[in-house]
Amino acid sequence: MVEHRPLRDLVAYAVLSLGVIIFAFPVYVAVIASTYDAATVVSGNLPLTPGSRMLENYYRAVFVGGSRFMNQPVGVLLANSFITAIGIAVGKILISILSAFAIVYFRFPFRRTAFWIIFVTLMLPVEVRIYPTYKIVADLHMLDTYAGLILPLIASATGTLLFRQFFMTVPDELLEASRIDGAGPLRFFWDTLLPLSMTTVAALFVIQFIYGWNQYLWPLLITTKDSMQTIVIGIKKMLSTTDELAEWQLAMATAVLAMLPPVAVVVFMQRLFVKGLVETEK
Amino acid sequence: MEKSVVFNGRLLPYLLLAPQLTITLIFFYWPASQAIRQSFLREDAFGLNSEFVGLENYQALFAQPEYYTAIGTTAVFSSLVTVLSLGVALLFATQADKNLKGGSVYKTLMIWPYAVAPAIAGVLWFFIFHPTLGTLARPLRLMGFDWNPMLNGTHALILVVMAAVWKQVAYNFLFFLAGLQAIPKSVIEAGAIDGAGPLRRFWTIIFPLLSPTTFFLLVVNIVYVFFETFGIIDAVTSGGPAGSTTTMVYKVFADGRLGGDLGSSAAQSVVLMVIVIALTAIQFRYVERKVQY
Repeated sequence: MVEHRPLRDLVAYAVLSLGVIIFAFPVYVAVIASTYDAATVVSGNLPLTPGSRMLENYYRAVFVGGSRFMNQPVGVLLANSFITAIGIAVGKILISILSAFAIVYFRFPFRRTAFWIIFVTLMLPVEVRIYPTYKIVADLHMLDTYAGLILPLIASATGTLLFRQFFMTVPDELLEASRIDGAGPLRFFWDTLLPLSMTTVAALFVIQFIYGWNQYLWPLLITTKDSMQTIVIGIKKMLSTTDELAEWQLAMATAVLAMLPPVAVVVFMQRLFVKGLVETEK
Repeated sequence: MEKSVVFNGRLLPYLLLAPQLTITLIFFYWPASQAIRQSFLREDAFGLNSEFVGLENYQALFAQPEYYTAIGTTAVFSSLVTVLSLGVALLFATQADKNLKGGSVYKTLMIWPYAVAPAIAGVLWFFIFHPTLGTLARPLRLMGFDWNPMLNGTHALILVVMAAVWKQVAYNFLFFLAGLQAIPKSVIEAGAIDGAGPLRRFWTIIFPLLSPTTFFLLVVNIVYVFFETFGIIDAVTSGGPAGSTTTMVYKVFADGRLGGDLGSSAAQSVVLMVIVIALTAIQFRYVERKVQY
């Protein structure tokens, strides 16, 4: 073993603790701000201990909404974010597991072409083709719809590559065995391959849920009605008013609510999240 | 690597591919080709008529002083964020790799910012550094420092860099820690037996072995800074004050939406596409070479 020195460990604890504090501090301040009344927050002398308005602020944010900044309660925005994030995660898993199955387990003309058509999408994030994509979504009458929020964001190859990689490691004997049992491709997929893929499916779900939840530019462009907005955009709308009018305590309550679902997913599904992340990026 | 046992299907593989190919063609290839086409066209203000103008949009773009400012801002912003977030993450990862008691708790406490949306990260940092309300702006003012990211371009840039780094460290930490844990302990022990101290071991053994991870992260981080930080910039500064935080991606958005100049916006998109494709190509060539060993 490499030398073990208590001082060395002490330094490590100190550095890591400092890092943890820096990471947590902005969130701590946001939580504190969400427990005070507007006047205290705007005074510029926000205490560092919690106030007494927590329930009131969160209730107002979620169910009532502040009429001055946004005509929708945050509850609606949260629901939109959930639908979008789950739609992106489930949609991406569905289309990519099927196409990876076709590419790995069949030989057919244009197989390589199909693979490359999908593969190239890795290179261009939606941000560089926003206006033409916007126009197509508008022409298809998908502005202000969940389909418009979801479909353009699932057109990328990461999921297909992840499943392809995983299918390559599945032993050929399993396919032979299921053939001897007289199973066709769909039976094999459903009874053998899918159960084996569950860890990969879950890992991809975690990553894509976070990706979908945190989208900014795309929902900003294609939603015109406040009622279709996601929570990440909603927060900016709350603050895009003059300083004196911004209701920071509600905005901070909203920020906390917008962070909770993805952070909870990462913390509770850490193992899967790390697995999925490291493998998609390979 | 190819499967030796496969199914024979004529129609089925195409049916399985159909959903993904349809979505990819409609929402990826069609708009990407439109972006390229549009960059060679000039449209009137209502988008009713368009005329082929060749490279005029590009020439106009590269004659704009603001574009060079945006390129400069992007360069400064992305190198600051990349270097700082890689450096800080490496520091944390080397400490977390030390087999400490409670090490996994620290790991959890360090990776969660990855899940925070960039725009939300921006708003949190804006709040603590807000010139009049900010908890951390107060001490700065008391020290006689006239901090105001709403008026001072340098301060605004510092603010968005801090928020972007805060969010990105978690991601880099994760990959560095995985890279460090993959280094065989026997190699490090051999170094220790030869009498190399901890710092010497880090620079001569650990750091070179970590270079594939570092290179990979470098490319991924540059792409992150280019695109994902859009949310931070829009939510915190909207490209201001006076264009001091307008990056290339923000300018595509601003020129297209606010300025209504789709030709220039499309030409800018194409320039960005070329940059990303180049970065991706470098990454793949490198990764492939690594796989050959």
